[in-house]
Amino acid sequence: MPGGSSDKVAATLGSQVVKLPSRRTETPHESTERRRILPALEVSLLVAAVLVPFVLQDYATIFATRVLILCLFALSFDLVWGYAGILSLGQSLFFGMAGYGVALLSRDLNIASIFVVLPVGALIGFVVALLLAGFLLLGRHPSSIVFVSLGTMTGAYAADRLAGGSSYLGGQNGIPSIQLMTVGSYELNEGSTFYYLALGILIIVYLLSRYLLRSQFGLALAGLRENEYRIGFFGYKAQHLKAVIFSISGAIAGMAGSLYAFHEGFVGTNVLGVVMSTQVVLYVLFGGSGTLVGAIVGTVVIEALSFWLSNSFQDFWPIILGVLLLLVIMFRPAGLVSLLLSERERVGTFGRPGKRGKNDAA
Amino acid sequence: MTLLEVTGINKTFGKLTALNDAAFTVQENEFHGLIGPNGSGKSTLMKCVAGAESPTRGRVVFAGVDITRFSPAERAREGMSLKFQITNVLPALTLYDNVLLALQAKLSLVSLVFSRSRRALHDRVMHTLEQFRLADRAYLPAAALSHGQQQWLEIAMALAGEPKLLLLDEPTGGMSYEERRVTGELLRPIKAKCSLIIVEHDLDFIREICDRLTVLDQGTVICSGTVPEIQENSRVKEVYLRRA
Repeated sequence: MPGGSSDKVAATLGSQVVKLPSRRTETPHESTERRRILPALEVSLLVAAVLVPFVLQDYATIFATRVLILCLFALSFDLVWGYAGILSLGQSLFFGMAGYGVALLSRDLNIASIFVVLPVGALIGFVVALLLAGFLLLGRHPSSIVFVSLGTMTGAYAADRLAGGSSYLGGQNGIPSIQLMTVGSYELNEGSTFYYLALGILIIVYLLSRYLLRSQFGLALAGLRENEYRIGFFGYKAQHLKAVIFSISGAIAGMAGSLYAFHEGFVGTNVLGVVMSTQVVLYVLFGGSGTLVGAIVGTVVIEALSFWLSNSFQDFWPIILGVLLLLVIMFRPAGLVSLLLSERERVGTFGRPGKRGKNDAA
Repeated sequence: MTLLEVTGINKTFGKLTALNDAAFTVQENEFHGLIGPNGSGKSTLMKCVAGAESPTRGRVVFAGVDITRFSPAERAREGMSLKFQITNVLPALTLYDNVLLALQAKLSLVSLVFSRSRRALHDRVMHTLEQFRLADRAYLPAAALSHGQQQWLEIAMALAGEPKLLLLDEPTGGMSYEERRVTGELLRPIKAKCSLIIVEHDLDFIREICDRLTVLDQGTVICSGTVPEIQENSRVKEVYLRRA
């Protein structure tokens, strides 16, 4: 495994080496052999996810539902950071504003139908992201990563403070006791039904995102991430690409936020704040950005670990978790999935699907 | 017919004047060389044409359109293409995807999302790669290529969109003698389709490939003309002898 050995060398040399993400290639033989791991990983995760409610007790299924919703949230961040290279540190703004939006819908207008709640949540996320993109991304000159990350973070912080100070939004107490979400006349309680609903939505969004990212648009995004300056000279309007993907990501985060609000039956300022934004960054970095599946793996592993650690080591579990995160980010900058997936497979190919294997072997 | 007309270009970086009233023109299907000693401003002049730098004063008119204030993307959409001095291929992507990325740049977002042109562009991608003798490596990542081959890939990408004008900044930098010879061979056939501006240190290469030359010294154009005219020009000789 060439990637592994070079990492070890870099690790032993320690601080003398400034290590850039590995850009080396494998021999064609190797890449054909290892190409099929991603679908296998996706299918096994799916099978595991379907079986969860049969294996776990009820309280754990409720916890697993929350994790699925957070997975959806993590996907939205992977889209902007892993694929378009936009460091959005205010992702919770879309998540939280949609959460508050649908909570108000339930409290003031008595609307809880899933067919209204989810589209409204997605729309709120989309519009907020589009407005923010107008400020942060659409300038004459490309905006710097620091400008965008601080801009988005400030947005999340400001929203957190504003919601906390507004009596209409319940102040620090948030909006409690949101009614149950309904599908027709059926009320969705916490438990396995809600679990499968969240899983279904996650699968649909995952597949749509994958379709988008494997399209020619995905190739343009790959160009954007690798070298924004360069693709401008081909004629790409890089800022437009960014605004589009940022808004789509906002819509996904908004959908996740509205599901979260109804699942928890409560929204508070924490869903808007910087902590929530940071959490989603950690999920994706830990799992491996730019792979979609990495966002899922990262969320599940971090949440499962904190669940288990907080039971077993009540006093110092955040320290253990923090050290683990640091270790992965130091020695596996491409995240947990890079243990299984080669770089070739993570980046993927865009042209001529189906004939790749044959040409590689030649 | 005149394709590019550059007039009165001034470019200052703080107190340093990089270009002083520089002007030259390029005709359709002409190979035009920008030469001059190190620091003479030829790369800066090229960047002002490409949109990588914006001139302090002066005008750039391309195919009848004043593009002085256009962004690089807008210039590309007018039919201008640039190959950078430092190779700038996308190393993690395959050669095929690198060329496809260049080819699809001017398509609408909707068409990109639904991959409407993926099949239709296949032949053009492969044709471009064949032209530059890279077709057999189409599905390898660009990082697997040698430096010279990366330069070719970069030229292939710059040419993929069938530009009216191609700007080459030191295309043979870091190439072996053999690679330079092949680069010349690869470039000659494109004359039928587009004009070329080339900045290059290798004067033999320039002499062989260019129709006309513009010579710069200390930010000023000292003369423009055909290759034999330039070779006989006493001021050019003086500049090169002084520096030699």
